[in-house]
Amino acid sequence: MTKVKKITIDAEPKGKKLYHRELNKKIRRAIRNGYNWIILKNIKGQRFIGAGIKEKVTIEVFGDAGLDLGVFSEGITIIVHGCSEYLLGNTLNAGELIVYGDSWDITGMGARGGKILVMGNGGSRIGIHMKEFRDKKPIIVYGGKVKQYCGEYMAGGMIIVLGLDFSQAIKDKKKPITRENIDPKKVKNYKGEIVQSDLAGGIHGGTVYIRGDVPDHNLGVYAVKDEFTDEDKEILIPVLKRFSELFNIPLDLIWKKKFTKIRPVSSRPFGKVYTYTPI
Amino acid sequence: MRAQDKVMPRFKVEIDYDECNSCGRCAVNCTFGVIEFDREQDKPIIVDTGKCVACQRCAVFCPINAISIKEYPVTYAPHGNWTPWHRRGVYEQARTGAVLLAGMGNDRNYPVVFDSLVWDACQVTNPAIDALREPVETRTFLGRKPKKLGIREINGKFELEEIYPNVMLSTPLILDHMSLGSISYNAYTAMLRAVSVIGTLFGTGEGGLHPDHYPFRKNIISEVASGRFGVSPDYLDAAALEIKIGQGAKPGHGGQLPGEKVTQLISDTRGIPLGTDALSPNPQHDIYSIEDLKTLIAALHEATEYRVPVGVKIAAVNNVAPIASGIVRADADFITIDGFRGGTGAAPRVIRDNAGIPVELAVASVDQHLTNEGIRHKVTLVAGGSLRSSSDLIKILALGADVGMVGTAALIAMGCRVCQQCTTGKCAWGIATGDPILGKRIDLEWATRRLINLFCSWTADLDEVLGTMGIDAVESFVGNRDRLRYIGSNPEEAKILGVKHAGSRIGIGGE
Repeated sequence: MTKVKKITIDAEPKGKKLYHRELNKKIRRAIRNGYNWIILKNIKGQRFIGAGIKEKVTIEVFGDAGLDLGVFSEGITIIVHGCSEYLLGNTLNAGELIVYGDSWDITGMGARGGKILVMGNGGSRIGIHMKEFRDKKPIIVYGGKVKQYCGEYMAGGMIIVLGLDFSQAIKDKKKPITRENIDPKKVKNYKGEIVQSDLAGGIHGGTVYIRGDVPDHNLGVYAVKDEFTDEDKEILIPVLKRFSELFNIPLDLIWKKKFTKIRPVSSRPFGKVYTYTPI
Repeated sequence: MRAQDKVMPRFKVEIDYDECNSCGRCAVNCTFGVIEFDREQDKPIIVDTGKCVACQRCAVFCPINAISIKEYPVTYAPHGNWTPWHRRGVYEQARTGAVLLAGMGNDRNYPVVFDSLVWDACQVTNPAIDALREPVETRTFLGRKPKKLGIREINGKFELEEIYPNVMLSTPLILDHMSLGSISYNAYTAMLRAVSVIGTLFGTGEGGLHPDHYPFRKNIISEVASGRFGVSPDYLDAAALEIKIGQGAKPGHGGQLPGEKVTQLISDTRGIPLGTDALSPNPQHDIYSIEDLKTLIAALHEATEYRVPVGVKIAAVNNVAPIASGIVRADADFITIDGFRGGTGAAPRVIRDNAGIPVELAVASVDQHLTNEGIRHKVTLVAGGSLRSSSDLIKILALGADVGMVGTAALIAMGCRVCQQCTTGKCAWGIATGDPILGKRIDLEWATRRLINLFCSWTADLDEVLGTMGIDAVESFVGNRDRLRYIGSNPEEAKILGVKHAGSRIGIGGE
């Protein structure tokens, strides 16, 4: 275990907001100076936090992070005590991104590894074009519900949508959302559909697990429902364990509802669309 | 297969058995299943001439030139409208019901604008430069330029006020993007070796970067395309980055590397699962507007700490000029324009042959548009999409491109015969194939030397021509359309090119 060396960076020193370029410069300088736990205060939608960072450091964000959080990074841990905007973990290679709030469209686009754990809800095109290879397997977990085109074009990895409603479970809304600030007893299940249309359209690898039932009309092209087996449960256990630790909800609560597994029809769904031009 | 499904062969391969010494090289070299070696008869035999693509591999490797390849002597009844090309397309689509894929570039017989242009030379009123003794500066820089040269003094030291990352190119010519997978490992490595010797750049295409090729990163443009294959911090540590929006051969189309070509090498390089189709979606799903493009450019700048220029590649399409203007305003450092004759590993034939516009017109239009808007200095304009010779390069520079790029010409330098079978992955010349054994047909040293020769030769041509025009630096020549003249028959075309018709006079002498 490397020793934790913390530093706090105020994103609004003397009341003046730092833009992403200066902020990232400060983060990189802190990393170069050997700090491995960087706390960012007063974040108000700054973009590109932690962009392209290879070092295994932790960034703790207080406030709402902007676009492209952790974009192109490899091995970084980011914890957001607030929400995150579009494109969380865009082209993520490794690491762990944790959001105590919502994170909207196109989370984990083209990710090739790493974990993205979001407490709240998501927008459309979650996990679009994720892939996996060798031991790298990206995982996205949404505590709440998501919108259309979830898992579109997926080539690998795993997306889990739980449909849990945390909105009443925050003990003190004035404080930043942390593990301690979540009351597990007040976490409810969302009623109705937790995913919308075109789920996993064009999927050719990987799996999507939805807690609860998925009506057939919500499935995208080349996506099929499959039986949720014990093997799947084995795969989910470590991921959900981590989720329950982070967001302070009992694992039993998650298992109370049955999961639906969605997988691709084949690994080459578009193979027959094309033919070679005659000589 | 019914008899009616049969389509007559296109080529007839013949072995002159009087000459043949049964060495069997032709059979070894044929990858399309035309020639096999018959051990009983102890000679190579033609097993299926219908599969011949006229790649000439067998003929070239026959030590006594005993092989001939001809058009198959079964003719189609002549018809001016229903050409054999059209008829063959219908037969194949009726048989398969699928989209026809094709490789290389557009092979239709559209008029080539380059062929309607000629250039100027010095006569009497201004002296030519003797390029053999007075060197012409061919170096050029890829990246954003400041609006003016501001100099400030800090503690007694002088430095430039505004500087942006730029990459120096020894010659205004780069190698176009070609991914590992679309071309073989050896062909790819030869390209990298060649550009590192020449001092220019080669694009990775959307194929990731193999760890073996990390040492060449100073000569690499890493491409970030819709599939985001292989995009990692290591990959982004290159000389320049390029966001690919479109490709000349398939504007608006993403791409598929079929699963059978996704070998372990490709899987590792691109970071994708083994054996599944590598699909690049048509749009980049994080770019639905110029504002989104600006975001991605900023993200790339941010991820690389503003060390490298970030460019955007687009296909030449109808409204390319205002699109380019938007890209400049999205903070791109260079724009690559790929004409409709640009090459590809695979594209739907209908798109390859019909979508887009010629790069000559696109470049002229973009250059004029950006100049009019006063933002031309903000970007380096790179143009390709079929530069076939040094003359095409010189003409595109005069029309307004800062840098030309070649793809197919480099493949031809390595032995490609333009048989258009890149899609099949069976390339007998070991270029457009993922088969590691076929790939070994490219000898690294030899191919590198050929590429270096091509670049040196084109650069020497450029030297000579600029000398005859009395221009001593490529950067002074870029966009110098007054040194071009149009000899075609379409005044509208000349107007778009911004080039006077040949013989246009200055003044009213004689009247």
